[in-house]
Amino acid sequence: MTQPSDKRSVPNADNGLKLNRRTMLAGSAATIAVAALSGAATAEPAPGLSDARDPLVRSPGGLGAARPRRDGPLKVRGEARFAAEHTFPGMVYGALVFSTIARGTIRAIDTEAAQAAPGVVFIMTHENAPQLAPPEPFYSSPTGMAGSSLPVMQDASVHWNGQPVAVVLAATQEEADHAASLVSVAYDAADAVTSFEAATAGAEVAKYAGRDLQYVAGDAEAALAEAAVSVDLEFSTPRQNHNQIEPHAVTVAWQDGILRMHDCTQGVDLSAITIAKVFGIAPSDVHLTAEFVGGGLGGKTLWQYHILAAAAARLAERPVRMTLSREGVYRICGGRAPTRQRIALGAGSDGRLTALIHTGTTVKIAHNAMTEPFIDASEHMYRADAMHLEVRVGTMDMLANTFMRAPGSAVGTFPLETALDELAEKLGIDPVELRIRNEPDKDPTTGKAFSQRAVVEAYREGARRFGWQRRSGKRLGRREGEWLVGTGMASAYYPYKRFPGGAARITLTSDGKALVEVAAAEMGMGTSTATAAVAAERLGLAYEDVDVRYGDNTLPGSLIAAGSQQTAAIGASLTAAHAALVAELAALVPEGAALHGQPAEALTTLDRSLVLAANPAERISFADLLARSGRTSISAEAKAPPPAEAKEWSMHSTGAVFCEVKVNAITGELRISRISGVYDCGRILNEKLAASQFRGGIIMSLSMAMMENTHFDERNGRIMNPSLAAYYMPAHLDVPEIDVAWTGIPDPHAPTGARGIGEIGMNGPSAAVANAIYDATGQRIRDLPITLDKLM
Amino acid sequence: MAISINGQPYDVPKDARVSLLDLLRDTLDRPGTKKGCNQGACGACTVLVDGERILACLALAAQYDGRSVTTIEGLARDDSLHPLQALFVEHDGFQCGYCTPGQIMSAVALREEFERGSPSGVSPDLQASPERSRAEIKERMSGNLCRCGAHNGIIDAIAAYVSEDSL
Repeated sequence: MTQPSDKRSVPNADNGLKLNRRTMLAGSAATIAVAALSGAATAEPAPGLSDARDPLVRSPGGLGAARPRRDGPLKVRGEARFAAEHTFPGMVYGALVFSTIARGTIRAIDTEAAQAAPGVVFIMTHENAPQLAPPEPFYSSPTGMAGSSLPVMQDASVHWNGQPVAVVLAATQEEADHAASLVSVAYDAADAVTSFEAATAGAEVAKYAGRDLQYVAGDAEAALAEAAVSVDLEFSTPRQNHNQIEPHAVTVAWQDGILRMHDCTQGVDLSAITIAKVFGIAPSDVHLTAEFVGGGLGGKTLWQYHILAAAAARLAERPVRMTLSREGVYRICGGRAPTRQRIALGAGSDGRLTALIHTGTTVKIAHNAMTEPFIDASEHMYRADAMHLEVRVGTMDMLANTFMRAPGSAVGTFPLETALDELAEKLGIDPVELRIRNEPDKDPTTGKAFSQRAVVEAYREGARRFGWQRRSGKRLGRREGEWLVGTGMASAYYPYKRFPGGAARITLTSDGKALVEVAAAEMGMGTSTATAAVAAERLGLAYEDVDVRYGDNTLPGSLIAAGSQQTAAIGASLTAAHAALVAELAALVPEGAALHGQPAEALTTLDRSLVLAANPAERISFADLLARSGRTSISAEAKAPPPAEAKEWSMHSTGAVFCEVKVNAITGELRISRISGVYDCGRILNEKLAASQFRGGIIMSLSMAMMENTHFDERNGRIMNPSLAAYYMPAHLDVPEIDVAWTGIPDPHAPTGARGIGEIGMNGPSAAVANAIYDATGQRIRDLPITLDKLM
Repeated sequence: MAISINGQPYDVPKDARVSLLDLLRDTLDRPGTKKGCNQGACGACTVLVDGERILACLALAAQYDGRSVTTIEGLARDDSLHPLQALFVEHDGFQCGYCTPGQIMSAVALREEFERGSPSGVSPDLQASPERSRAEIKERMSGNLCRCGAHNGIIDAIAAYVSEDSL
């Protein structure tokens, strides 16, 4: 077992645990709430913790410090260049023409007027587009990064209302937009499935990420019928769009056989591989960079515009900047699919669940592998004697639905956590207490042991911070003038994931600095900031002496900023690269020097030195080592091991959310006045950045509860509000000050003890809002969004 | 015919359709001013014209002949950040950074509006000087959307900025 003896670290595992206990629940508002914990459920280490070999799990050193973002100065100066802000000599601007039917064929396309318009350089339609292979969508292959597998402009067929049917290139954006408006298209429309009812008639059990979205244990319907107390409820959630403030864009050029792309993507390597396959070129013939991505949220993947821009650039022999208009984003980059869900809960009078039924339907397209997996929280959050969980999916002729922040669980926790509130009321049990009574001692569906789980502490700490009033079947809402005020709570859930493909390279230089290189993506999470902190601790260097390069597919690894797992994937990659670097350094130790002949496994790095792990006083500094071997730098690269931890353990993050709402008794106006969230996500690597991630998820969930809705015309399959003026999302006045905190208990089986924090904030607040609205008004609204007309 | 942008004169574009935003981003290759919606709904393109905030996407460049435009690139002095830029970093008032230039330019003008005593929709008294409260700031910043959810940090940064007397 390796042990750092840095003075900031603690020398043994026991002290390490005490340190963790002392620092837990360090809230974002710099409140250290230590004494609050009452007989915490997991004061004992989780299984396996004492065996965890990663010293950083127990001795985090400077990890967690609230360091500001490394790219902050560039961003506030407006000097961070995004995808549409790079130029190439001779570059032209692209504009798209979108289909106006949901399904059918293009009978004729007249580009004559557009071709004659000022500034027009080239027009591409299915009549002159190059032959291209269909792109591989996410989950259809290990490297798929596309939104759908539909061929791109290969024939006259139309597959959704909004499909690109022509690309116009012109000298300026104004000229391209104008010329695109002159393209005239005649269609032969075919019958299309554009209504949810039609699409889900005969819907089948969905497959997702290699498994059936179905779990049956016992006879849940019979248990429900026999239950002392039960609820049986129907819910619906609408379509939603990501609305990253940066519209999707790409700037492309073919340079000496290399496809050069300045992109906005959540996975630089997978985007490069996917587009390389479309063009039949080697992935090494694509150089894709995306240093800054103006919001991802699941939607910045490979869409048709990338392929069309690259194809048109090749045919026109001109570099192309393709910036989607805001409407264009809605036409060709998908959002979250709608769902209809049933939750039925049966319980004994003691509140113990005897039946948990969570079933429902959603829609997808025939050409993707993405079904909203909305049962995942129900699979892992609560024990129940009998369960029936099932997602059925039908296909529709529409723009590809896709991943959006916390796919599945965002819309699945809303009904689950609302139904628990309704059950608690019928039982006359406090909603927090009901959840604690159904806390499982092992994973309810897989039977695996939890790697670490402290949701009960999160409930208790959240209740304390918020000032939760226990209730027993009666509303506690009150009236203040014309405002009805109520409170509600919900649990939060998000799975731990670590995708394969992680790798990193570490280069140490004789000036005592290190360069870490990972093909990771950054769309605002703080990737380089967190990566530098982890690497510095692992290497034994100062944070300031570690530089991080990312956002470039020529760097090591195939990392993807999705599933809240990139930090874990980078963490595992850094651990592997560090071990490789130690081996390289060990091989450099000259005869006669300290540490000579020691096996690499006995060594580690600390205080700018290679040290004997068992006795760090035995050491040789990096500078010495490099100088004596006549080198100015040393580099090591390694791949992360496969993610076996998630197979062995039940790994997920949890949390508790409490909120207060005000509903205007006269107008129905809804305001969120207070909210607290406490999360159990393993180690927190940077308090400042983590608080922002939690808050960001909470705000999007509040927004989901109150306003978000992509209006879909079921007559013709067209999105009716493709605009930030007509798709509502929160402005500053809608957002309260949000209190967040965390347990900070490291997960001994997650790299660096950290499980990921990007999406869990999205799960829970929408239900907490609905429950608080009930407390305030006595109204149960089960169809999102909860707009004021529903509260009148 | 010239538009002053961050103190430098630039020709007014010949194409009358060119917005001030496209002049900055496409013609002059100054992409610090962002395009989020191109229809005045998101605030990402906020710039100052003679000290007042406008949406550059809704402004035809030709209208600004003889006017003085300040963009995010014109805010910092050499190596040192403008005080509000530094406060945005300190209070973590952004994640992806795309709405950030618009938020900052909007807040620079907001402070001027406070100093002029201009009321907002939530000011209780149109005659009295508005209180520099979070409610006033949030109301005056509600034309600048953020999707990452950095709202709390943004308002913290601006609250610190408008309450500092020495700036």
